[in-house]
Amino acid sequence: MPEIIKVGMADLNTCKAPDGITTLGLGSCCGIAIRDPVTKIGGLAHIMLPDSTEIRNNNNIPKFADTGIRELVKRMEALGASKSRMVAKLAGGATMFAFQSASNSMHVGERNVAASLKALKELNIRVLSQDTGLNFGRTVIFYPETGDYVIRAVGKPEKII
Amino acid sequence: MADLSLDALSEQYYDVLKELGNIGAGNATTALAQMLGAKVDMSVPSVKLLEFKDVGDCMGGADQIMAGIYLRMEGDVDGSIMFLTGQKEARYLANKLIMQDKSDDEPFDEMELSALKEIGNIITGSYLNSLATMTNLKMIPSVPYVAVDMAGAILSVPAIEFGLMGDKLLLIENRFSDDVQISGYFILLPDIDGYKKILGSLGIDISMFE
Repeated sequence: MPEIIKVGMADLNTCKAPDGITTLGLGSCCGIAIRDPVTKIGGLAHIMLPDSTEIRNNNNIPKFADTGIRELVKRMEALGASKSRMVAKLAGGATMFAFQSASNSMHVGERNVAASLKALKELNIRVLSQDTGLNFGRTVIFYPETGDYVIRAVGKPEKII
Repeated sequence: MADLSLDALSEQYYDVLKELGNIGAGNATTALAQMLGAKVDMSVPSVKLLEFKDVGDCMGGADQIMAGIYLRMEGDVDGSIMFLTGQKEARYLANKLIMQDKSDDEPFDEMELSALKEIGNIITGSYLNSLATMTNLKMIPSVPYVAVDMAGAILSVPAIEFGLMGDKLLLIENRFSDDVQISGYFILLPDIDGYKKILGSLGIDISMFE
């Protein structure tokens, strides 16, 4: 029986096909799914904040887009995945509450997506697709076997990107 | 000066929050009872300090559908406040307020979302008043914003704000009961300066955070 591995908020993990990997209720956080299509090793990072260099209390590696994605790639490589073959998909980064005020922390969803894309680019990992932004939460399941990234939202049909 | 970290939270601060939970919930219960025109009881609140990855589980799973009402606050202390309750409970409260009888799984319409905002407004207002009285600080809430979505998604908003300061989320759980039991979670999120002001005004030594 294939297992589905759970990833919490500010957390990351890896898996190998036929297992899948999931994170529940992505809001303004961003879920970055990466896979190596040859070894079928996959990983998922659930990051909360864009940049570890912006705040001083930054020891929690999976919390940030920059450090979290780097760590995920490192762990996948340790399992035998090759960075040059890795491809990524992205979900989350929603704006949950319609705030008028344009304070920095309110646009954290958008900034999380931008920072994730930047971190992936720096690692030369191609982004195949993304389902980001808007104003609703997403539960995601990633299957490294096929690369399917299943996205569920309340009151909306299931989507595969 | 080092950043204030919530992870270094003192016993004393915990007690302060418990007390705030008590008084705030007491006031909120009275306000709720008046608004709903019903008798509402409350139990002793519990204060929880959770790791981010355990946050969803505390509410029965990060994909549980919940209603969250979020307000900004300004004044002597800047920050935000959130009240969260389950979809069933939110439906019950909205039904009661609008005097209708819709089933749990129907989506909320504009009118019902507005009712939820009002409920959130009154509950968070009660907490804020208690805190303002305790600390003698002025805190003015903004208009309420509401979202009905997965617990994890709603909680990501306060979690991210907590995330700027530490690795844990702090919430106060209250149970109210009317004909049904209603669990509500209250999250108070002053910004870093706000924490210092609140603790300082309560006579707590904040040098440990410096």
